[in-house]
Amino acid sequence: MTDVIIIGAGITGSCIARELSRQKRKILVLEKASDVCEGTSKANSGIIHGGYDAKPGTLKARLNVMGSMMMEDLSRELDFPYIRNGSLVLAPEGSDMGRLDELLERGIKNGVKGLRIVDREELKYLEPNVNDRIEAALYVPSGAIADPFLMTVAMAENAAVNGVDFSFGEEVIDIERTDSGYRVITTDSVYESGYVINAAGVYADKIHGMVSKDPMEIVPVRGQYCLFDNELSGLVKHTLFKLPTEKGKGILVTPTAHGNIMAGPTAETLEDKEAVNTTAEGIATVLKEGALSVKELPERKVITSFSGLRAHEVSGDFIIREASDARGFIDVAGIESPGLSAAPAIAEYVSDILNKLEPSEYRTDHISKREGIPVMSKASYEERQRLIKEDPLFGNVICRCEFVTEGEIVRAINRPLGATTLDGVKRRVRAGMGRCQGGFCSPRVVEILARELSKDPGEIRKNDPGSELLAGYNKKI
Amino acid sequence: MKKDIVIIGGGPAGLAAALSAYENGIENIMITERDMRLGGILNQCIHNGFGLHTFREELTGPEYAHRYIQRIRDERIPYMLNSMVTDIRYSPDPGKTDKILTVMNKEKGMFEIEASAVILAMGCRERPRGAMNTPGFRGAGIYSAGTAQLYVNIEGRMPGRRVVIVGSGDIGLIMARRMTLEGAKVEAVVEIMPYSGGLKRNIVQCLNDFGIPLMLGHTVIDIHGKNRVSGVTVAAVDKDLKPVKGSERYIECDTLLYSVGLIPENELTRKLGAVIDKKTNGPVVNKALEIDGKGVFACGNVLHVHDIVDRVSKEAVNAGRNAALYLRGELDRENAEGFIESAEKNVYRPGESDDKLTCIKCPNGCELTVRRMEDSTLEVTGNKCPKGLAYAKEEFTHPVRTLTSTVPLYDPSEGISVGTSEEAYEGATAGVSDRVPVGEYVGTLSVKSREEIPKELLKDCADALRDVRITAPVSVGDVVLENVAGTGVDIVATSEKTL
Repeated sequence: MTDVIIIGAGITGSCIARELSRQKRKILVLEKASDVCEGTSKANSGIIHGGYDAKPGTLKARLNVMGSMMMEDLSRELDFPYIRNGSLVLAPEGSDMGRLDELLERGIKNGVKGLRIVDREELKYLEPNVNDRIEAALYVPSGAIADPFLMTVAMAENAAVNGVDFSFGEEVIDIERTDSGYRVITTDSVYESGYVINAAGVYADKIHGMVSKDPMEIVPVRGQYCLFDNELSGLVKHTLFKLPTEKGKGILVTPTAHGNIMAGPTAETLEDKEAVNTTAEGIATVLKEGALSVKELPERKVITSFSGLRAHEVSGDFIIREASDARGFIDVAGIESPGLSAAPAIAEYVSDILNKLEPSEYRTDHISKREGIPVMSKASYEERQRLIKEDPLFGNVICRCEFVTEGEIVRAINRPLGATTLDGVKRRVRAGMGRCQGGFCSPRVVEILARELSKDPGEIRKNDPGSELLAGYNKKI
Repeated sequence: MKKDIVIIGGGPAGLAAALSAYENGIENIMITERDMRLGGILNQCIHNGFGLHTFREELTGPEYAHRYIQRIRDERIPYMLNSMVTDIRYSPDPGKTDKILTVMNKEKGMFEIEASAVILAMGCRERPRGAMNTPGFRGAGIYSAGTAQLYVNIEGRMPGRRVVIVGSGDIGLIMARRMTLEGAKVEAVVEIMPYSGGLKRNIVQCLNDFGIPLMLGHTVIDIHGKNRVSGVTVAAVDKDLKPVKGSERYIECDTLLYSVGLIPENELTRKLGAVIDKKTNGPVVNKALEIDGKGVFACGNVLHVHDIVDRVSKEAVNAGRNAALYLRGELDRENAEGFIESAEKNVYRPGESDDKLTCIKCPNGCELTVRRMEDSTLEVTGNKCPKGLAYAKEEFTHPVRTLTSTVPLYDPSEGISVGTSEEAYEGATAGVSDRVPVGEYVGTLSVKSREEIPKELLKDCADALRDVRITAPVSVGDVVLENVAGTGVDIVATSEKTL
């Protein structure tokens, strides 16, 4: 019997787990994938929005601004990459400048600080590579970027250190009511819990429907992205949004927290919640529209493209509340953009809901600080020297493109909630994230995973079951 | 540490450059290599076809590398393995012309080497799928051809069983044959251009010999399978290389290999402020292969991607000599020998009639026309040397090939080798206790047939290698299997393995 079951270990579930781990509750996180951050959390813009965009008065607006303000401190406390690079909402020549003013006012209403409109001259100064067609822009100094993988990993890891249990590869297939709460049935086991928190992303409506008749419908809205070689690093410094139109927010161009340039996302309303494939049309749209914001966006420098599905709830706002007909069942649904920005605030909001239902004491032994894995690529000569002296594995470079050493990979595997898959290693320490996309390092990473986990390399997977990387030995059929 | 010349990279370019510098009188040399062995990518290129220009004989990649490594050892030219140069800069001291290299390895941590001259020989890397922007899912089973080559040839493991290869670069063609001989089914090689960029003899030996279709003017437009590749959609392209509607075709497969070109690896070169040539992706150099006029030279695939390794070696010899001349103050930059161009590309185009034949005896790939005369003798034209005549006659009467493959290698310290290789595999990896104890599986040993064998027996001979059990140590040329499949030809080791 646990006190709280959280369904889903994306950024939302992980932030909630971390927030609740401050309290004296027994918490279990159930995740159907093999790792944290395997759904929408791994495939988004990685942007911490200022909060000018959401409609005033909505949960999105309120939690975005709150989350965005918490983020810098959190990034220090939990050691994940965060850069306050500022955003610019670009208005090209001939566009309705009134809309820029509307955004400014909306932002002020939402409580976003430092907003102002900049003219062409100042824009050129702020962002020398901006497209010449851009006439003015809304400057959002509080806009930032974060590494969504490491943010999720950091949250989940810190929750685990504070006693939260995580179980991977377990899909929730049914939920039944019991006298004391709920019985959660997974593909593997049955769990009893007083409270259930539904943070199941695009499948939140399905989980919700297992216990509640309240209407909820999550529509997957696909966003495709292109990631560029870090040779282009510095092409843009700010996150460049387009002035939103009736058609949507448009394609943004942004640096990532690791210095790559990224463009995307498309917005395609789909039915299939597994359709994380890219399409020729989608990639073409990203490249074409992205190029309108900057002087040049060289197609040849794309190193990978990917897709994520926004968990769009038809009402348009986040749904964070106890279901009206299911006591102790808390939905955290429709967490699309600005979900990453809002996630820490969402977690506090959920904690408040839970505390009203059943107050809990706070732990005195809670460890709120986390130290990440040392990053050799960012370390100074002396730090590198020291790290290699402590552990010679830091002297062995495995991923040449991103300068990732064996020491970092071994730590990614052996930490709490450590990596068990090639993707898990990649998201934690960036081995395979560079321009050769794992061509050189993936065989070595597989070997290290096998060694550290006492497995045969043939058992090592890219991510979920069925994604084994090797098909047996030579000559054996 | 202070060195006259530091050579970054211990692959074919670095080795030849080091020897050349040594032969030109420079002894205070250091080769830095980030891998655990010298030889670079040649170690995994176990196929033959190397050395026809340099050694006037046909060698496999490991054999070609071995000849240089042996000489490096004989001359006692120092090298450091598992060591990565992380930074390179010019000495800030205005009175000095030294270059300062920052090196990192497990044993010494971080350290610096001062070098009077530097030869950049870091080679190149493969262009990944992302650069192609192929739409679809991103499951397991998508590899660059070189990664697959490492898995199969070095680790002895198969990346998949049903394969589609994108791009007809040489590595892709070589892997089509290699995986076929190891029991995989290669469904097709898909090439967007109307011709192949691979060497003709690779089309002949790697595809035609095994009936693997080469789909010219086609491209993969979709990759299916969320966790693991389950198939690809292939379409014909028009003259603008855009997919033609209605020409789509689904091919079931579990593996997709990309062989879509190579890019020189110039991260370090950039740190010196070198200008990168947009066409070659390598640094701009003067006639002496110098990037700066200040004693930093570049050679091999870091400079431009070469067609064959023999030309890499030749260019590296020039770089080594020029570096030596630079140190003596004798480098004549206007008249130096440097850049070695690749041969004019002998592209393969389809639609050649049956009596046309591509000579595979050397990389020239002469186009032979063979006519069968009334007296059933053959008339051969188009050959540039007598080898072409002999080849055509042989090919029309009894075609023969050199078999290159690998056999599993065991560390005998764990026990006596008994049992079939099948059991050895299981026992070695899974520790199954009811099996005969065997040595620990430590990887592969590259091998070849000492002489050519009849083409139609290639598969039988490859299969015969299943039961070979080899324990280290092994030297190049050691017989691994006598009289393979009754052909009278021995299988010999092409690389050495020490314990």
